[in-house]
Amino acid sequence: MNEAAVISKVSGRAVPVRGNDIDTDRIIPARFLRCVVFDGLGPHSFEDDRLGLKAKGQTHAFDDARYQGASILFVNKNFGCGSSREHAPQALMRWGIKAIVGESFAEIFFGNCVSLGIPCLIADEAALGRLLAAAEKEPQAQWSVDIEAGKVTGPVNESAALPAGPRSQFLSGRWNSLNELLTNLAGVETVAAALPYVAGW
Amino acid sequence: MGKNLFHKVFDKHTVGKLSSGQYQLFIGLHLIHEVTSPQAFSMLRQRGLKVKYPQRTFATVDHIIPTEGAERKRPLRDAMAEEMLVAIEQNTKEAGITFFDEKTGNQGVVHIIGPEMGLTQPGQTIACGDSHTSTHGAFGSLAFGIGTSQVAEILATQTMSMSKLKVRRINVTGKLRPGVYAKDVILAIINKLGVNGGVGFAYEYAGPVIAAMSMEERMTLCNMSIEGGARIGYVNPDEATYAYLKGRHFAPTGAAWDKALAYWKSIASDADAEYDDVFTIDGSALEPFVTWGITPGQSLPVTRSIPAVETFPSDERPLIKEALEYMSLEEGQPIAGVPIDVVFIGSCTNGRLSDLEEVARLIKGRKVNPKVKALVVPGSQDVQRQAEAKGLKEIFLAAGFQWREPGCSMCLAMNPDKLQGRQICASTSNRNFKGRQGSASGRTLLMSPAMAAAAAIEGKVADARAVFAMAGV
Repeated sequence: MNEAAVISKVSGRAVPVRGNDIDTDRIIPARFLRCVVFDGLGPHSFEDDRLGLKAKGQTHAFDDARYQGASILFVNKNFGCGSSREHAPQALMRWGIKAIVGESFAEIFFGNCVSLGIPCLIADEAALGRLLAAAEKEPQAQWSVDIEAGKVTGPVNESAALPAGPRSQFLSGRWNSLNELLTNLAGVETVAAALPYVAGW
Repeated sequence: MGKNLFHKVFDKHTVGKLSSGQYQLFIGLHLIHEVTSPQAFSMLRQRGLKVKYPQRTFATVDHIIPTEGAERKRPLRDAMAEEMLVAIEQNTKEAGITFFDEKTGNQGVVHIIGPEMGLTQPGQTIACGDSHTSTHGAFGSLAFGIGTSQVAEILATQTMSMSKLKVRRINVTGKLRPGVYAKDVILAIINKLGVNGGVGFAYEYAGPVIAAMSMEERMTLCNMSIEGGARIGYVNPDEATYAYLKGRHFAPTGAAWDKALAYWKSIASDADAEYDDVFTIDGSALEPFVTWGITPGQSLPVTRSIPAVETFPSDERPLIKEALEYMSLEEGQPIAGVPIDVVFIGSCTNGRLSDLEEVARLIKGRKVNPKVKALVVPGSQDVQRQAEAKGLKEIFLAAGFQWREPGCSMCLAMNPDKLQGRQICASTSNRNFKGRQGSASGRTLLMSPAMAAAAAIEGKVADARAVFAMAGV
């Protein structure tokens, strides 16, 4: 167990972003991928969606003063689909997001979030409906995402879970797997030597 | 019950089980490009780690590279692009990783050069910081996209953590009719199963339509697996696979070839292999597909009209309405006839020689509609050379297409090739997301190269079978 890295609970205000199939191009448009470091991505999260709404006289939650400083993101289905760019969760993380609760997540996005220590919890459609509505109604409300108990508590209380593997990674502080991978380099060499195409036929 | 290819290859590459319950998976071929790798090299430097197997990683530059000859002169005019290019040059040089830049004559879109150089082979695990890595599954490998943290893991250990996926066998029965291509097959599959239908699955494509496909067509098919939510898509290796590989630069020769063939045959799915799900689609019934919305699943045959919002499940309707509004299209509107401003032929989906040959064959002697800007961007320097040797460049130029240098170009518009304002593009690429082609309000219709060619000639969405008088319509 890596005590320093244990993530069992995330608390703070919540920001609601409605919509199914929100892809990583929308989370961070490709022009912001022209960089060699991830620093500075945060303010560009959802940039084109935000500009698009502004042009119509509306406000994206990420532009809404009431949600600044929020650390929990509520979303709908298949969030983070499309490109594998880690720039997407990096941007959200740098904006301030520490946990996401949604109906479902795209696989690569979910894995990238694990690598960054951002738990993506899954709740059913009805629960997300209530969470999104509550966050929209009470932007200042405090929420708590309890990874161990599988609960989101705040103005409404809902069940939200992580799959068993990632759950244990967060609770044991081993969500960044590089250290564990490095402990078994001898095993890596054994597997490499047994693969005919690696060993040189 | 026998085993399928996924489990055979996964098991052979498993180093062990991690505390999370995931597996430590050995990656046989690691491909990198300039966008998702610099931060990974920085992570290694910060931790004082070295690249474990530099000979198992290959690099190229594709996303940010300009496609107009004069624009490729160094330093690149875009200072940020130049910095990224310098970073990959330095990182690969320091680590001893082969970098296929323009000088080597092998530069190109990462998913095009891997196969054409013979790096991509059956029975490998292949990872790249790019979701369209699923392309390489066409050879019967487990190939998938990863994030930058995982690029760092692979550089440092040649392994990554991964869960086993479920496997869905997708049988495509019958025979494709003239004018229907691999692109139409995959768009139809995504339409049927949904853009998140493949989450948690690897897709195994099989059946007579797949067996009859060339390797390049199989690459188009596997390429878009991720658009259906499946991180991996693959086709079992067969004679077409071996014939494609024979003689390629990194393909084994002599006695090694025979050993390789035995390994490749051994990892194919057993005839009695078990699957978590099976889905069958009738290839004979397919027509050319076009997307009308902002996800690759929002599509329809070119002969049809955009369905009414109320025909969709209630929880999908907000997205359908959002798509119609963004695209400025209406329910009930026939997709044929939608005016087109730009045509983009290229990308890791459809930027290979056979794609360009098919378009050239169809448009020879015809002219691009004067109001259309049409680009052909070969997927690699090798594709470019071969196409030029076959006289395709002259055919494209005579028809009014621009003939560019290789790169990802207008698939994601990280280089100077971008839509302007609300332009609408008939594109052979893989994503029609909002803003994907470089303008925040730009619009994309995905389709096959033949359909894009028809759009270029007509200046609007048109059935390529009619425009080019293909038999059997």
